[in-house]
Order: sequence, then C-alpha cells, then structure tokens
Amino acid sequence: MQPSDKLSLADLTVGTAGRISSVELDGLLRRRILDLGMIPGTQVECIRKSPVGDPIAFRVRNTMIALRSDAANLIKVYPF
Amino acid sequence: MHEENRGRVLREHFGIAAALGQYVIALAGNPNVGKSTVFNALTGLRQHTGNWPGKTVDNAQGTFTYRQKPFLLVDLPGTYSILAHTVEEQVARDFICFGQPNATLVVLDATCLERNLNLALQVMEITPNVVVCVNLMDEARKKNIAIDLPALEKELGVPVVPTAARKGEGLDTLRETLYQVSTGARKSIPRQLVYSQAVEEAVEKLVPTIQRLIDHKLNPRWVALRLLDGDKAFIESISRHLELQLSPKALQEVAAL
Repeated sequence: MQPSDKLSLADLTVGTAGRISSVELDGLLRRRILDLGMIPGTQVECIRKSPVGDPIAFRVRNTMIALRSDAANLIKVYPF
Repeated sequence: MHEENRGRVLREHFGIAAALGQYVIALAGNPNVGKSTVFNALTGLRQHTGNWPGKTVDNAQGTFTYRQKPFLLVDLPGTYSILAHTVEEQVARDFICFGQPNATLVVLDATCLERNLNLALQVMEITPNVVVCVNLMDEARKKNIAIDLPALEKELGVPVVPTAARKGEGLDTLRETLYQVSTGARKSIPRQLVYSQAVEEAVEKLVPTIQRLIDHKLNPRWVALRLLDGDKAFIESISRHLELQLSPKALQEVAAL
C-alpha cells in the first residue's frame, strides 16, 4: 500500500482537502460520522483549526463539521 | 380492535391522544429544514414547538382536516439519523417504529439534499408509508439549485412533493399526497438498500426467527439489520413497546445465528 494510507483528517492543513479512504472508528461515533455523510470516497476540506489544533472544522458536502482530533486521527484520507 | 390497541400504545407510550378514525402522521427531518414551518403550515398552529422534554411527544402535535378526514400530525425531533445515538433519535425512531403512524412525512432541505437523504432512506427501510417533502425550494432557487423531482421520486419509489412552506407553496399537493398515502389509496414500494453479500446472507438467516418472535409487528428485515448492528437500546425498545417478552433465551437464539 502507498504511504498515503496513513494520512488522516487531522494531518490536513487549513485550505487543503482529502478524500476519505477509511473510517477507523467504532460504535456510536462511527455511526454518527457515517450519518453526517463522511463515508469512504467523500471529499473533505480542512477549513480551520482552533489555536491548540483541537477541534478542527471541515467542510463535508457543503456542511461545516467540527471534529475532535482523536476522531479526526482515525478518519484516514488520500490527499488531493 | 387493532386501532384501539394502537390508540392505547400512542397514549401510554408516547403521550399522544389520537381519536378513533384519526389518521396519524409522523413528521421527521434533519434539524433546520423548516420542519416546524411545515408543521405550522399544515396545522395552522402558530407556536414554535420547541425542544423535546424527555420522551413524550405530546406538546408537538396538531390536527387538521382534509377531505372531511381528521389527521393528527406529530412533530418528531430533528435528527440526522434514526439509528439512535441520542435521546432525540430514539424518540423519533421509536415513534415511527412502534407508534404505527399511517404515514411518515420526511422533510428534506432542498439546498443540501444529499445529506438529508440519509434519513429518508432510513425511514424507508422501516415503513413503505412514506411521503418525502423537499422543502426550502425558494432557498434552492435563490442558490440556483435545480432539482429533478420526477427523477428523485422514481429513484426513491415514494411520493416526492416540493414545498416552500414559509410561502405556502406546495401545501395543497402535500395534503393531497398525505391523504392518499394515509388512506392507503396510494401504495409505494420504496427503494431498499442492498448491503454487502455477507450482511445480506446474515439478514436472510435471521429473518425467519425474527418473524416468529415479533409476530409481524415490525419489518423483520429492518430488525435483523439492527440486531447485526448490535443495537442493544433497540432490543430494549422492542420489548417495551411491543409488550412482548423477548426472553433472554429467544435473544440468545438470535445471537447464535
């Protein structure tokens, strides 16, 4: 596999985008993320980061969604 | 007899007083899609229905009459999903599942249809008596969003009605469609999601046992999918609302499959 598999949403810098490769969360948080339309193949753009880098705001399907970094770490992306 | 029982379940489990012969319509949708505006437009109520006190839905109901038939509209909490991670979602899901509404109206935001369709598809997995209302059509026009409504209706397999509830647009068609679906004059075959082969095989194995246990009171395919999800809260809801004793033994039987 390419090394890019290791990249997660938390690694995106503000203004860059990626495409979700896998959602490595489980249980209710996984369900919530999927319900918000963040599924493999979805394009996600990093909009802004809070001063300490947590939470991070992303644009997903024309909606802004903020994620804690522990969740963002587990959503893997391919860079654009 | 069946209807009397439903009346009792609505009253005792959901705090809803439906009169005999009244058609019950559940109103579902994501937050901020103008669900309450649709509710107020249909029922003529002015008050904002506000948020959800625990699990009762009694202060979010209104009535209207159409073609001499009485309707009771129940405004469910706004949710992105009904796979129950929050109390609101559980309330919405339990009502659609166990309240046995004659129809469920799913209100979608025309300006972000894609995200909203998730909920519509979930409701369509539970019940075929669904009407989809694409609201905020005026907003979509402003943003130059064009929606191919006939194609959407064909893809979903349920009636789709465009509205701009704020301006009163589309409400006549919406009433007529709700009337047709509630009375059974219009039947739909909603598009069902097909899952991976492994999931489909597991569902197929579970369905006969589930059918026997729940006695046709719920869509067995949907129950099977929730069991495969490992949704414990839902199993508790089944026992409570169907008032049947799902013995640990019966559940083990399902788990073993």
